[in-house]
Amino acid sequence: MTDRHLTDAGHDEVGAGRVTGVADAADTQNETETATQGSLWSDAWKALRKSVLFWLGAVLGVGFILMAVFPQLFARGAKPRDCDLANSADPPSAAHWFGFDQQGCDYLAQVVYGARNSLIIGVLAVLFILLLGVIVGAIAGFYGGFTDGLLSRVADIFYAMPLILGALVLLRVGPSTDIPVISDRGAGAVAIALAAFGWMTAMRLVRSQVISVKSGDYVAAARAMGAGDTRILVRHILPNAVAPVLVYATITVGILIAAEATLTFLGVGLQRPAISWGLQINEGQNLLRTAPHIVLFPSAVLTLTVMAFILMGDALRDALDPRQRS
Amino acid sequence: MSISSGATAAPRGGAVGSPLLAVDDLQVEFRTGSGVVNAVNGISYTLAQGETLAILGESGSGKSVSAQAIMGILDTPPAHITGGTVVFEGRDLLTLPPEEQRQVRGPGISMIFQDALSALNPVYSVGFQIGEMFRAHQGLSKKDAKRKAVELMDRVRIPAAAQRVNDYPHQFSGGMRQRVMIAMAIALDPKILIADEPTTALDVTVQAQVMDLLKDLQRDTGMGLILITHDLGVVNEVADNVAVMYAGRIVERGTVDDVFSRPAMPYTEGLMTSIPRVEAKGGRLVPISGQPPNLARIPSGCPFHPRCPRRRIGAEAAPGRDCAVDHPPLRLVVPGREAACHYSEEVLGV
Amino acid sequence: MGRYVARRLLLTIPVMLGASFLIFAMVFALPGDPIAALAGDRPIAPAVAAQLRDDFNLGDPLWLQYAKYVGDLVQGDFGTDFAGRPVLDTILQRLPVTAKLALVAVLFEIVIGIVAGVLAGIRRNSFFDNLVLVSTTIVVSVPILVLAFLAQFVFGLKLELFPIAGVRDGWYSYLLPGLVLAAGSVAYVARLTRTSMAENLRADYVRTARAKGLKPSTVVVRHTLRNSLIPVVTFIGADIGTLMGGAIVTETVFNIPGIGRAVFESIQRQEGAVVVGIVTLLVFFFIFFNLVVDVLYAVLDPRIRYD
Repeated sequence: MTDRHLTDAGHDEVGAGRVTGVADAADTQNETETATQGSLWSDAWKALRKSVLFWLGAVLGVGFILMAVFPQLFARGAKPRDCDLANSADPPSAAHWFGFDQQGCDYLAQVVYGARNSLIIGVLAVLFILLLGVIVGAIAGFYGGFTDGLLSRVADIFYAMPLILGALVLLRVGPSTDIPVISDRGAGAVAIALAAFGWMTAMRLVRSQVISVKSGDYVAAARAMGAGDTRILVRHILPNAVAPVLVYATITVGILIAAEATLTFLGVGLQRPAISWGLQINEGQNLLRTAPHIVLFPSAVLTLTVMAFILMGDALRDALDPRQRS
Repeated sequence: MSISSGATAAPRGGAVGSPLLAVDDLQVEFRTGSGVVNAVNGISYTLAQGETLAILGESGSGKSVSAQAIMGILDTPPAHITGGTVVFEGRDLLTLPPEEQRQVRGPGISMIFQDALSALNPVYSVGFQIGEMFRAHQGLSKKDAKRKAVELMDRVRIPAAAQRVNDYPHQFSGGMRQRVMIAMAIALDPKILIADEPTTALDVTVQAQVMDLLKDLQRDTGMGLILITHDLGVVNEVADNVAVMYAGRIVERGTVDDVFSRPAMPYTEGLMTSIPRVEAKGGRLVPISGQPPNLARIPSGCPFHPRCPRRRIGAEAAPGRDCAVDHPPLRLVVPGREAACHYSEEVLGV
Repeated sequence: MGRYVARRLLLTIPVMLGASFLIFAMVFALPGDPIAALAGDRPIAPAVAAQLRDDFNLGDPLWLQYAKYVGDLVQGDFGTDFAGRPVLDTILQRLPVTAKLALVAVLFEIVIGIVAGVLAGIRRNSFFDNLVLVSTTIVVSVPILVLAFLAQFVFGLKLELFPIAGVRDGWYSYLLPGLVLAAGSVAYVARLTRTSMAENLRADYVRTARAKGLKPSTVVVRHTLRNSLIPVVTFIGADIGTLMGGAIVTETVFNIPGIGRAVFESIQRQEGAVVVGIVTLLVFFFIFFNLVVDVLYAVLDPRIRYD
């Protein structure tokens, strides 16, 4: 994660926190619970459909996912590993839109094939974050008291550590350990490092949702009818956290993709011969004067990708917050 | 209040002076994304020195909006004053340049609001906020303004004023906060005080104290008081005259005694029967049926007709007096009384 | 208030201990040989390895190693790096550079962010308001890594307005990296100010201020801006702590010898003592500025009192 995006993650907590009001207000009544959830989503979809920014983000996002899944569709026939040093760092031309990199590889193919690792790491890291966040947050919120205090202090500790810094240390130390996945410097290691230092916002989100909902009448009713803790959590409390968590997760995919590129740029993420935007930017940094396209193309595609998720997440947040509409 | 026909209703006990304020055909609309809301549709009244005029109505009847229009503090957009005049001391406030309008607010006309907690700025001490009146309009120094603020707090009977002058609004009780608002409003001895639901947010006992204070201040200063409220009890106790508003119009007006004892408009009649009275103990409370009108789509004819138990529509109606078609103008029905109903005489039983 | 601050200071101790222990454990205790890790690809003489094991108390259990480290730390001893140089010297040399960078960044947040936010908030839905909305959306989406190179390319190489590396030109060389570092926060401050202004302009007490016959400028500045800036000022305050710890990328790309690059370099070289020392310090800054903000909150908003 970049210097700035760390603060963004903090902001998103503020922002996504606003959405929590939706579920609070919507779900205090037992019998209307399902109905209000249903109308929350259908109302949100109605608002989303009219949002230009959402469609912009969605088109960019779909384009990025297609690029990750079917890179050959975008590479104009070039293969990323077909390189000829004679073409080293040649500028863009009609035949080769993005020019060539220093090894003389077609740069369009390089950049296009870089999408896959970004998507894998972004999605994987968010899944790890949600897993950690939901489990820890639900436990803290549901049991309260000492458990909550302890887990919240642990979250504070992780919060105090800049994400990039923590992930940097873990990934640098990783290869000399014998821990599986962490030691192999692959996509899994990067995703785990990002999740290890980025789960706290999801945890706080789920925790506050659980706390606000568990005192609701229908939870008391379910408990009175003999429902167990797990059942109450899974059936009654967690569904309320879906809206804010979805907003958070969408934006976070974008932020984590930027973070992956940054870590890889700094030399601790993916390693050659992996294809990654971070590696491409790293390679181009000393050629900025003579061959700026090597930095600028992966930068542009990276930015558009991050923007796609942030636009979608912002639009989703606005759509799910009835106070934004009137 | 004097009635446009020239028949003057004498305020109870108060001195009758020349009109301080004359509102004529005031119209306000709100232009929103989903259409135009006609909040105030041509209201007229006058206010004399020392007079207390109550403007009575449900929420959404346009009573607060008309007061804010007179003050010149409506948010434009969405609110737009589309017609009428507000003459104060010989000048039409609505056409006055903004800077001169501003100078009227405070020394000329001032206003207190319903919820003093949200109407006072939470980050400044009450002394600062009262003192601001003197600093803004009389150029007093911060220190002198604070001294004046203490005097005013004494005058509105806030205990230990000198000690509390530096306290913040949230440190006061609801009643004391409303006194702070009043102190601020009367700081420059305004000719007119508009009190917008001044006691609605308060406990009953505190309500009475605040109303007493307002009455005392009025007696001392001779200011005109416009009391906006939906509380019939308050109107009955303190007002000289009353104007009943419905759907942005005045539908009845006269002296409080007259209107309360013999309403001339079915809506007023409905209000009177909807409140519990001591003498009618055990009797049934009759609420007015139906919903207040949607101001974006005010019903044709008489705006009250969909809810009116006495409406006459179609064949039942006298020619040109179909409640669903013909709009009833505000007219003099008996001396000293105006009402906007085709069948007021019937309501009055004359 | 004094008691509150004291209590909060006490509460920061476990967080700081926890955070530094986390880093300490990652550096020294993950499975594998920390000395081999420290040495990396370099061959290391057995005698040196033994010396290092001794220096870092690697023979002890982890908690004791850490306790000894903290014991030294509270006496102001941050330890030494492989070359024998005290870690504290490195910190004292690098910290002022990062502090200057953070200061420049905060000034950008205040000047650009607040002014843009106020103007947009006052003129909702105007052209300027939409410009602020669109530009902040874009800025928030650009990773700082990209922004750094873009700034170097456009302002350094093409327009030749700013130096692209180092701090040889004094404060002037901090402007471009400061702007890059601040960009995201500038956008956030602009949005926060805009929302806050727009909300407060609708507040009842602003209507009261107008009813009092105050000048329009007084209504806006004294009764709207003053209230609107409470969340903005507190955000900026907390952001200082974040900026101090978050300047790794900016300092690396712009080749600025600050604390961020120092920690990055020592992570690369696996200088365990330096990494743990600096991270502990950065965590302290983060917590410290958050505490400052809490106190600031009570000063700015009289409704908040910590007793």
